[in-house]
Amino acid sequence: MVLFLQQLINGLSVGSIYALIALGYTMVYGIIKLINFAHGEIMMAGAYFAFLIAVSTNLPFVAVMLISMVLAAVLGVVIERVAYKPLRNAPRISLLITAIGMSLFLQNLALVIFRADPKIMPTLIAKHPINIGPIQVGTVTLTTLVLSIIFMVILDVFVKKTKPGKAMRAVSEDKDAALLMGINVDKTISLTFAIGSALGALGGVLYGITYTQVYPTMGILPGLKAFIAAVLGGIGLIPGAVLGGFAVGMVETISKAYLPTQWTDAIVFGILIVVLLIKPTGILGKNEKEKV
Amino acid sequence: MNRKMLKNYIINLIVVALIYAGIKVLISAGVINRYYEGIIIFIMINIILATSLNLATGFLGQLTLGHAGFMAAGAYVSAITAIALKNSGMPNLLILIISLIAAAIVSALVGIAIGIPALRLRGDYLAIITLGFGEMIRVIINNLRGLTGGAQGLTGIPRIATFDNVFWVTALVILVLYRLTHSRQGRAIVSIREDEIAAEAVGVKTTYFKVLGFAIAAGFAGVGGGLYAHYLAFLDPKIFGFMRSVEILVIVVLGGMGSLTGSIFAAIILTILPEALRSFSDYRMLLYSFALVLMMIFRPIGMFGTKEFSWQGIYDRYKMLRDAVKRREKA
Repeated sequence: MVLFLQQLINGLSVGSIYALIALGYTMVYGIIKLINFAHGEIMMAGAYFAFLIAVSTNLPFVAVMLISMVLAAVLGVVIERVAYKPLRNAPRISLLITAIGMSLFLQNLALVIFRADPKIMPTLIAKHPINIGPIQVGTVTLTTLVLSIIFMVILDVFVKKTKPGKAMRAVSEDKDAALLMGINVDKTISLTFAIGSALGALGGVLYGITYTQVYPTMGILPGLKAFIAAVLGGIGLIPGAVLGGFAVGMVETISKAYLPTQWTDAIVFGILIVVLLIKPTGILGKNEKEKV
Repeated sequence: MNRKMLKNYIINLIVVALIYAGIKVLISAGVINRYYEGIIIFIMINIILATSLNLATGFLGQLTLGHAGFMAAGAYVSAITAIALKNSGMPNLLILIISLIAAAIVSALVGIAIGIPALRLRGDYLAIITLGFGEMIRVIINNLRGLTGGAQGLTGIPRIATFDNVFWVTALVILVLYRLTHSRQGRAIVSIREDEIAAEAVGVKTTYFKVLGFAIAAGFAGVGGGLYAHYLAFLDPKIFGFMRSVEILVIVVLGGMGSLTGSIFAAIILTILPEALRSFSDYRMLLYSFALVLMMIFRPIGMFGTKEFSWQGIYDRYKMLRDAVKRREKA
């Protein structure tokens, strides 16, 4: 039972990282119907930014985290402007392939700049176990969980209460109608990429700290799993991404604890397939009627 | 078959035979060494993979991201069959044919098994679910250690794919796909790409043709995988990851979705290019991905769009040009 509770907390921590990354996927999909394959690489870039800042300066963890989030947001907006914007009216498949190309490009750029060998992330958070009853929780696990929840709450308030947040919801509901209402669609899309990328970078920083390593291909697997999380919860829906992220993190951690590790990925993909077959719009999604 | 079509087939047969003879001469003259021969074989394997994916993505219009999974299924089935038959005393060619047929059948069956549930979904969702299935196939192969060697890889596969048999298998695959896409069934398949609801309204059995196209694409991907296994004589599940599916998709997109000849040219370019850039190996993938993004921004339909390259077409264009020049001279 203690072991199970321990795993549950680890699962929540891993899940919160997935949820942060999944938010970027889901927000971008919600607004321009694009599976942004480059999002995993933005997460990787965020981790590298944090690594570079932490190695070259003595800034505290919070500053390192915020600066890398801002840098990743800029990167996300640049990618959107350069690669995705010219294709806004192109067929969906062209956009998807551009995203795949962008993901490859960023991966190989990191490979050329930083080389393939993993870099060790400096200890940004002092590591010592905290005892809660019989359960031991690491400071990293706890920080990850708390930070993720804080940012999710901020995002929720932003989307629901502020004007740009309302604009985002309007654009994802109906781009043309939003344009007619005087919303600057281009700016709103850029804003969505900025926020999604910043959250993805936060996920990357926390992932890098949790596994103590940063390497060019680190974005692929968490990116894919976060994407599965977004689909599981209902792609395009912000609460769905959070729910899906925690679900995938839980399933992964618990199956890792009780089953041979090499089956973990198969189980995660298995969940994806089952969900898509039973309810393709995800747990929180509504079924859409087909229109001719 | 009318006369014009017959003429076209004869011209293409002659061209294919000339290419074959030309490469054979160059090999025997030593101009093409083993390294270049290997590249040529990989080009042909990529042609098989790309043209088969083109059937599913270009002609049928169903974006799939799990083609490497079918390739993996075919590669392993074919390799295991050949290993079982290795000491039976059969000639190599017969072993190759039997194992490739086994690969095609099993991959097509996997394609049907995946296609029936997956093809109910559309667009992005289909892309995601095929991605999931492709990864599942790889993970399953990785875990069936007794049969496939697992992560250590499968060794002892007879090296029976040579330039000759790979060449003719490729030619056969292209011929079958060409005939299929230009038949009644092919038109039904294209009608689903153009407008699925309209196709259904005029009586095309959309589910049947979607699964059919998907299964044929999967079967030929299996053949490509089988040739790959018999040329490399070593298999590792890592080869068949998501990136492999993307590479095949990139070939299809570059050539033009819905153009078999486009896929052939793109396969040639995209197999040679990375090899030619080997001396800049660090920047190779960087350039490759950059080119992909540029291509999508400036020419998203690919090199050929949905058109096919044909000698007749070149001749017709030449004649049109000549007539135009003549008319101008008269005037």
